[in-house]
Amino acid sequence: MALVSIRRTVWSTGGTAVAVRRVVGKLGSLLLTLFLASLLVFFSRFLVPGDPVSFLLKGRKPSPEAVADITAEFGLNLPPWQQYFNWIIGVLHGDFGRSLQFRQDVSTVIGDRLPVTFGLVIMAGIMIAVIGLISGVAASLNRNRFWDKAILTGLTVFGAIPSFVGSIVLIAVFAVQLHWFPSFGSGEGFFDTIYHLVLPSLALTIVFVVLVGKVTRSSMVEQLDREHVEVATSRGLSRGSVVRRHVFRNAIGPILTVSGPLVAGLLVASSIVEAAFGIAGIGSLLVQSVDRLDFPVVQAVVLLVVTTFVAVNAIIDILEPWIDPRSAAGAGAR
Amino acid sequence: MTTATIELKTRRVPGVAGFDTSFMVSAIVLLLMTGMAIFAPIIAPYDPNQVNFMSVYQGPSISHWLGTDSLGRDILSRMMFGARTALLGPLLVVVSSTVLGILLGVLAGWRGGWVDAVLARLFDVVFSFPSLLIAIMAVALFGKGLVAPVIAMSIAYAPYVARLTRSLVASERHRPYVAAYRVQGFSGAWIALRRVLPNVAPIVGAQSTLNFGYVLAELAGLSFLGLGVQAPAADWGAMINEAQSGLVGGHFLPALVPAIAVVIVVVAVNIIGEELSDRIGGEIPS
Repeated sequence: MALVSIRRTVWSTGGTAVAVRRVVGKLGSLLLTLFLASLLVFFSRFLVPGDPVSFLLKGRKPSPEAVADITAEFGLNLPPWQQYFNWIIGVLHGDFGRSLQFRQDVSTVIGDRLPVTFGLVIMAGIMIAVIGLISGVAASLNRNRFWDKAILTGLTVFGAIPSFVGSIVLIAVFAVQLHWFPSFGSGEGFFDTIYHLVLPSLALTIVFVVLVGKVTRSSMVEQLDREHVEVATSRGLSRGSVVRRHVFRNAIGPILTVSGPLVAGLLVASSIVEAAFGIAGIGSLLVQSVDRLDFPVVQAVVLLVVTTFVAVNAIIDILEPWIDPRSAAGAGAR
Repeated sequence: MTTATIELKTRRVPGVAGFDTSFMVSAIVLLLMTGMAIFAPIIAPYDPNQVNFMSVYQGPSISHWLGTDSLGRDILSRMMFGARTALLGPLLVVVSSTVLGILLGVLAGWRGGWVDAVLARLFDVVFSFPSLLIAIMAVALFGKGLVAPVIAMSIAYAPYVARLTRSLVASERHRPYVAAYRVQGFSGAWIALRRVLPNVAPIVGAQSTLNFGYVLAELAGLSFLGLGVQAPAADWGAMINEAQSGLVGGHFLPALVPAIAVVIVVVAVNIIGEELSDRIGGEIPS
């Protein structure tokens, strides 16, 4: 079934050449955005007034050796464009320089902390997808009736609970009062880690589920009004099968477009949740590095988050014609 | 619209001036919060920074309505003073990002062509930085406090405003009244700023109020992380940060009071923003 629909897509868009050209175009746009973003991340340092050595050494003793070290490490006596060039070549090879606080390679520091944050974002993402889709579909099927309004109000209120508020309330209720879950750390081993990440990912789910829930509802509502749905219903198909095959399948495109902002939002919000729950991940690393004036790590984490966001967006963009053939270039019949 | 189901207009509880009750309640809540922030020095029962080790972690009582925190400071007074930075920051961000965004949006929508294309590309780049991330980066560059994050977030939010303004201006540009002014010999810039902008600004303004809640949550989050308003100062985010260590000991009020304040304001602003953009919004071209 899936194979057939893929074939049909490629056929209807005028053959593989068009599809390839489209993908190449998207990738080009992705690389341009990433390039501009990397300029911003790198040259932001030049906005700081004063001497770059004293900026990078802020809070440390400016001994002559340290100054010489920093100057050599960052190539500060080179012209700015050459500094950028050296930096970006390193980044492309996975070399983000050395952390000033850990005296380790930035890539090692990040690599150590990436899995926890990854787990947190995946767990939150799954919960958000499941709860958001269910609530959005349920709301759309009860349009303007009690459950629709109850769900919409619930989503709005949940969306107004920032992750730091969610975190402290969850800690107060489920960790301190009920002792159901731990309030600190990320545990050891697979299941213990999942157990430790339940409350943190719930805190993220509370504030971000509105994003998926509301888009699902409005996208479903838009499809429910379409003629083809009426036709399907009048053909005597069951309600469940109409909703699944004629409404939800068509509604999925707009829902997918929130994945980019969602993943980026989760990554950034992980800084708050990780701080609240004492988890040693990328988010708390970012905050700690800002606190300890470790600029190379800050640069690397920021670039990582931005790259993830742009990449997820591009993947969704590229996959969309296969998921929803109508959005393919050339297939103008919408 | 040939569906069998007929859209029933949502029945609303009638309130003053046709606004529904949730809107009125939200407006009153925001007025009270604003009044509390402005008149904090007059109405607060205690000095927010007055430490009293004789009355640490007290529950609510006649003398301390919302109890005291780990240093015996009056939570109600701190909450009142905390409203000042908590509300002022987002206000500054919303106003400046709206002004900046409208200017850029009018420029892009009116000029079109390469100006539009270049601005669209720049907006795309800014969109790829989540606003909290930009704020954190601003702190990394310029130091802790609210000044750098507020400026950074004004820039981060401006493209959202600009994109909306651009699409509104672009559709307005081909309206007959614009052609009429052109025929009369008015310059393009004059028409754009004096005739098109006033038509577009209310819609954009209504949409921008929706940003207030996000910005408030993000700036409070920054202070919660210890990167914004610094600890002894009374600020909602900073208060929660300080109160974190007491949570494990079962002292919830010092964290819960500012937390609830944040949620109440965000809900109220969102209800008002959605109602305003529903009313003024009209058709927003995609």
